Amino acid sequence: MNAAIILFPGSNRERDAIRAIEKVTGKKPSLVWHGETALPAGTDLVLLPGGFSYGDYLRCGAIAARAPVMDAVRAHAARGGLVLGICNGFQIMVEAGLLPGVLMRNANLRFVCRMQHLTVERNDTPFTSHYAKGQVIKVAIAHGEGNYEADAETIRRLEGDSRVAFRYSNARGVIGGGANPNGSTNAIAGIYSENFRVLGLMPHPENLIDPLVGGIDGRGLFEGVAGFTRAA
Amino acid sequence: MKARVIVTLKDGILDPQGKAIEGALKSLGIDGIDSVRQGKIFEMELATADRTAAAGMLRGACEKLLANQVIENFQVELELL
Repeated sequence: MNAAIILFPGSNRERDAIRAIEKVTGKKPSLVWHGETALPAGTDLVLLPGGFSYGDYLRCGAIAARAPVMDAVRAHAARGGLVLGICNGFQIMVEAGLLPGVLMRNANLRFVCRMQHLTVERNDTPFTSHYAKGQVIKVAIAHGEGNYEADAETIRRLEGDSRVAFRYSNARGVIGGGANPNGSTNAIAGIYSENFRVLGLMPHPENLIDPLVGGIDGRGLFEGVAGFTRAA
Repeated sequence: MKARVIVTLKDGILDPQGKAIEGALKSLGIDGIDSVRQGKIFEMELATADRTAAAGMLRGACEKLLANQVIENFQVELELL
């Protein structure tokens, strides 16, 4: 699998992403600076890593979403290419119009940094084939603006088309309530594009790939993507 | 010419920061404020003196970058000459 990780000023989770991809695929991803106008030839997966691009100025992800490289990322998505946005990467995606909705300030106004359970809503997508449907996974979250909101019509469409990828839950898989860390509508932690090739999520699966650092529940996502690109 | 762009949250969009400020004002004993919504103001120096061109240019700036129209409204004010 050929992965390209996009770097913006203020990205800071790219090393975790490099490590996750390398560990699962054995192949080093390329790093692409935000000022570039093209992706490396043969790119299968574009990954927008977490961090604080442009210091979260104006709105989280707003300035990065207008970077030159984002036209190439949009073109890659339009061709049916895979795009994965994690945390600030997800914020950049909604600002860039790759996914609908917006990520607002956490409802309790606090930055949350802890382990979090999620339910895997479906396992027939390029990203989740290595999980079971309804499986509860434990990954890390670290964000101040992860409160997913969209207008009622958009939420209806996302739910109707089963485009919610992950929801915040407790360890037993009970969704929402006190297990929702940021007030997201319907406890949404991540969503897909219409063709399920573009995924944005607030949690950090790339941090949970090594038993030495707290678990391997995030590994399945990268194994799923690698398997999908091998089969394609 | 000077311009001012005001970006505010649309009605119905939850504004936790506005709520927190509202609570802080109450706790300071400042009464009579029913609700607070927080927004942003951008003050700009424009190269042009043409008001029509300036209004159009700033509208584009709002749509492209300054406001996220999913959740925000914007308003452009040009300085009176």
